[in-house]
Amino acid sequence: MPAEAMAPPAAETKTIPITVEFSGGLELLFKNQRTYKLSVPDVDPSTNAATTVGYLVKHLAADVMVDARKELFVVEGSVRPGILVLINDADWELEGEEEYVLQPGDAVLFVSTLHGG
Amino acid sequence: MSGPDRIPPHLADETASLRARIAELEAELTYHRAAASPPPSTLDLTREEYLRYSRQLLLPQIGLPGQTALKRSRVLIVGIGGLGSPAALYLAGAGIGTLGLIDHDVVETSNLHRQVLHRTSTIGLPKVLSAAKALRDLNPHVQITTYAEAFTPGNAEDVIAQWDVVLDCTDHPKLRYLISDACVLLGKPLVSASALKLEGQLIVLNDPPGKGPCYRCIWPRPPPPESIISCGEGGVLGPVVGAMGVMQALETIKLITRPKGKELTQPRMLFFSAAAETMWRTLKMRGRREGCVACGQQGIKNLGSEEEYALFCGVPNAFALEEEYRLSVRQARELVLLGTKPLLVDVRDRTQFGICKVPGSVNVPFERFLAVGEGLPEEIVGLLQEERRDVVVLCRLGNDSQVAAKRLLESGVHGRVWDVRGGIREWARIAPEDGIVEY
Repeated sequence: MPAEAMAPPAAETKTIPITVEFSGGLELLFKNQRTYKLSVPDVDPSTNAATTVGYLVKHLAADVMVDARKELFVVEGSVRPGILVLINDADWELEGEEEYVLQPGDAVLFVSTLHGG
Repeated sequence: MSGPDRIPPHLADETASLRARIAELEAELTYHRAAASPPPSTLDLTREEYLRYSRQLLLPQIGLPGQTALKRSRVLIVGIGGLGSPAALYLAGAGIGTLGLIDHDVVETSNLHRQVLHRTSTIGLPKVLSAAKALRDLNPHVQITTYAEAFTPGNAEDVIAQWDVVLDCTDHPKLRYLISDACVLLGKPLVSASALKLEGQLIVLNDPPGKGPCYRCIWPRPPPPESIISCGEGGVLGPVVGAMGVMQALETIKLITRPKGKELTQPRMLFFSAAAETMWRTLKMRGRREGCVACGQQGIKNLGSEEEYALFCGVPNAFALEEEYRLSVRQARELVLLGTKPLLVDVRDRTQFGICKVPGSVNVPFERFLAVGEGLPEEIVGLLQEERRDVVVLCRLGNDSQVAAKRLLESGVHGRVWDVRGGIREWARIAPEDGIVEY
């Protein structure tokens, strides 16, 4: 049997290129790196549905974040209260929050409140 | 050469000099009539003010209606620091009628790189007095009211009730929630900004009053107390906080001079990051939260107590190392310079370590202890494996060093472990000859 036939259909291996940015001190939890260019699968393996921002948050906490202080980024599987999530510069509460389906080229920004003055 | 033909030379001279004097007096009279006397009823501003505000009066968005609106307005600035200084300068310059300034701090040397209202000559003065002096010098037409006191739940309502617009230029979340709550209670728009390191945020809240989101709608919960970093800890660049303060003045002028019915319906946050590819961004924000505990349907009826605001924002767990593991700077110095030559571990961040360090000390940033969660960062394990050495832990103020020393004690270090009371700051006072400075 030719090797090509063994390969899974191309559609299942598609990834979505996105940009993730941390600010307001959150970058300290991510090796002090502000911007990450990531490729995420277009289908969430745990749900078999299109990949959402909710998946991205879990992926960041589990696979990208090396800092032990996970609770400063996620609480009970969701973004810690007090962190704003902006999808293409709009509050994710205007975009469906965790249910928002990621699109190629999306920019997801995580902002923690600043208090200095 | 007969007498009548001859004109006495002094007559011409005297006439000319009198004419000059008359012209002088006339000019003086005109000046006093125009500038010093109250404006005739047909003029909204004094002649001097038309000139002073000329360059903004020329703007169709301002014009005479805008300028008189500014002159009638009363604006309160809470916090006269890095944000409040530039905001006050531009608002006074623009001809706000009355400016209120509230701050309980005095001017310190470490304020001057960014708090541009204050001067080396006003170090030690209450900030509101230092500011009032500079602002009166800039524009004597502006009435200035100063409150040399802290903004608290006790005075919040009395103070805010007297103003049309409030600027939050403070530096702690518990004040930010308090100011927002008071503005919601009293129906005042709030121009809120903050800055730290190289970033800034600005949002106009409760605008129009009763409709726009409040601080709690945007930030329902404060960040964990251990992640709250002040400018005194994290640092801040002057132009960064300055830009945000200038933007607050701009938003305030827009708010006061806009025609009725021209309020923004979509709340936006102005987001600045000096290090990002795009320095300025406008973020589209959510509106009022129906269930908001402050401005929602239930809403607040009165402010909480000082303790409630403090509790809501939390306090970092103050950890105290047992006294037997704590050294004074003198004791630590003797040990390091003359005694058993312990390993001196400085847990400040690399930047601070670069400012000054005790000779022979090694740097393992405290952030590394936090990042590994439990146990020790590998770089310190490597250092300790060399030999059974005692360890002295040092930080900037003597807080982080207690936590790091505890971690070392719990990790079964073979030698003895201490930290240094008062840290680098105390070291600079006791032994400046070691090249240690207070910063």
